Amino acid sequence: MSDSPLSAARVPTAGVSLFHYASPQTFFPLAGKLLWPCWIASLLLTVAGLYTAFFVAPTDATQGDSYRIIFIHVPAAWMSMVIYMAMAFWCAVGLVFNTRLSFMMSSALAPTGALWAFIALWTGALWGKPTWGTYWVWDARLTSELILFFLYCGYMALQAAIDDPRRADRAGALIAIVGAINVPIIYFSVKWWNTLHQGSSVSMTQSPTMATTMLTGMLLMALAAWAYTIGAALVRVRAIMIERERHTDWVRQLSNAGSNGDLNA
Amino acid sequence: MNWESAGQFWAMGGYGFFVWSSYAVTAVLVAAELIALSRRMRRARALAARDLALERMDSGKRGRT
Repeated sequence: MSDSPLSAARVPTAGVSLFHYASPQTFFPLAGKLLWPCWIASLLLTVAGLYTAFFVAPTDATQGDSYRIIFIHVPAAWMSMVIYMAMAFWCAVGLVFNTRLSFMMSSALAPTGALWAFIALWTGALWGKPTWGTYWVWDARLTSELILFFLYCGYMALQAAIDDPRRADRAGALIAIVGAINVPIIYFSVKWWNTLHQGSSVSMTQSPTMATTMLTGMLLMALAAWAYTIGAALVRVRAIMIERERHTDWVRQLSNAGSNGDLNA
Repeated sequence: MNWESAGQFWAMGGYGFFVWSSYAVTAVLVAAELIALSRRMRRARALAARDLALERMDSGKRGRT
């Protein structure tokens, strides 16, 4: 038994643990267990963040209270970029390892990414009016973020237009990976071009140029957005798993476990 | 404390329209996504349950003939 050809091909234990959750039937219940911690963390962080944003952080000396839009605007813009990179990452993993769960993760992230991109644009417009005197201007930062929103929309429209999920995944992966070049363009746009948009208030190389309480509020809201995004993506990836794999044994078994059964767990 | 009254809080130093439309639209969109997500999950479960029932009916018929 021990020298059968199969045992030679057996994956070492470390490999098993790495790829263990790469299959939908093992990831489905794990994703379900992670949901409530995400929602609770997001709720608590939002409450703490909003309290800091409105009652702790002082009125800005130059912008007055209009700056309080920052507590949504910056986390939303960050998330819109991070989610796109995550999508491109999962698509690349899917193309290299041909793992179906990776493509499902990418599809699950797209609508939430589009949501944050839209919120970043919307709140940016509402912040631009009182501070710059205009809702919109075709400067590099705003235009590249608008392109990011269109990339999300294009990815989702393309996937929806192709019936075969495997082909839809591959076509979508192309947009996700090629479009990823736009993310560093957004990030560095305020350095590379003369933009109306201000430079970053928070950077990885310098200490932040804003009051500590303002920064705290922004970071709390950013963490809340992270927790929310993970929760939303997990719910969506679970729905996609059922939709796509409902004719496979593992979904049948869960579906069989009861009308209200294990598909909820 | 930044505000001396509720009215002052809602006025946001004259920027109330801009601040509150930002927060309101975000809240509405997030709520809409949560509703859409729960609907999608419910629909997926129903689809799986329906397919399972159809398969059972099929195999039942085949068993009888």
